[in-house]
Amino acid sequence: MQEPAHGGARKLVHHVRAGDIEHGGLASAQIKRQLSGLGVAPQDARRAGIIAFEAEMNLVVYATNGGTITVAVSERFIDIEVEDAGPGIEDIDQALTPGFSTAPPWARELGFGAGMGLTNIKANADWFEIHSHIGSGTRILCRIERRRHDASGHRPTTRA
Amino acid sequence: MTLRDIVRQLELKVVAGADWLDRDVSGGFSGDLLSNVLASARPGDLWITIQRHVNVVGVAQVAALSGILLAGGEPPAVAVLAKAEEMGIPILLSRDGAFELAGRLHRILVPGAR
Repeated sequence: MQEPAHGGARKLVHHVRAGDIEHGGLASAQIKRQLSGLGVAPQDARRAGIIAFEAEMNLVVYATNGGTITVAVSERFIDIEVEDAGPGIEDIDQALTPGFSTAPPWARELGFGAGMGLTNIKANADWFEIHSHIGSGTRILCRIERRRHDASGHRPTTRA
Repeated sequence: MTLRDIVRQLELKVVAGADWLDRDVSGGFSGDLLSNVLASARPGDLWITIQRHVNVVGVAQVAALSGILLAGGEPPAVAVLAKAEEMGIPILLSRDGAFELAGRLHRILVPGAR
């Protein structure tokens, strides 16, 4: 999905359904594809894709009613906002600790629940914020500073 | 080294993405925890895993991996293959286990390594 946004930015909005493991990861794949289509450098699209994937799986596995991933692309930044309406995270510091997970057994069997989701989101963002309240939900804000084409340096295409 | 070379040398079965076998493989990564793959696999890596549900296709796509090498012989569901075709992610199949595949792939990709 794609909508025009203010200030020349392009805005992509994806709704993710709770428990929909069969489609989990597909919104992120689409986001990455759309970013590439908008001329975003492969390395930046990859970072955004990884952030979106981890966020998407969190919505699928944990959010009561799923949630929304909104990606805004401007000349300098890729802004990713992830929002759900609950249940909310009890202890954010604990949730941000690598290896900590409350994933149910069915998710762990599929290779989720490594306790690396939020860590991966943070690692791929230049700026990261998380707000959460029990009962009202969780909101994550990420910003990627876009690589400047003339300053990107040489990289082998196979690593792009 | 292309996927096609690796398919031939490791005698793999191509179950999805046959149109993309000219893709270059720059390295390999073995793992079944999806977040670990997203954190540590590098673009262009061929990913060895025993996971065969649809989310692996999403992981390979966002992480810009060259393809997925499924260890253990069982093919994934048809819906997974369809998604891989749609996203241009080759899925290769072997009856060998992940340990053996990783060893054989490493010998091909890093000649002279001990």
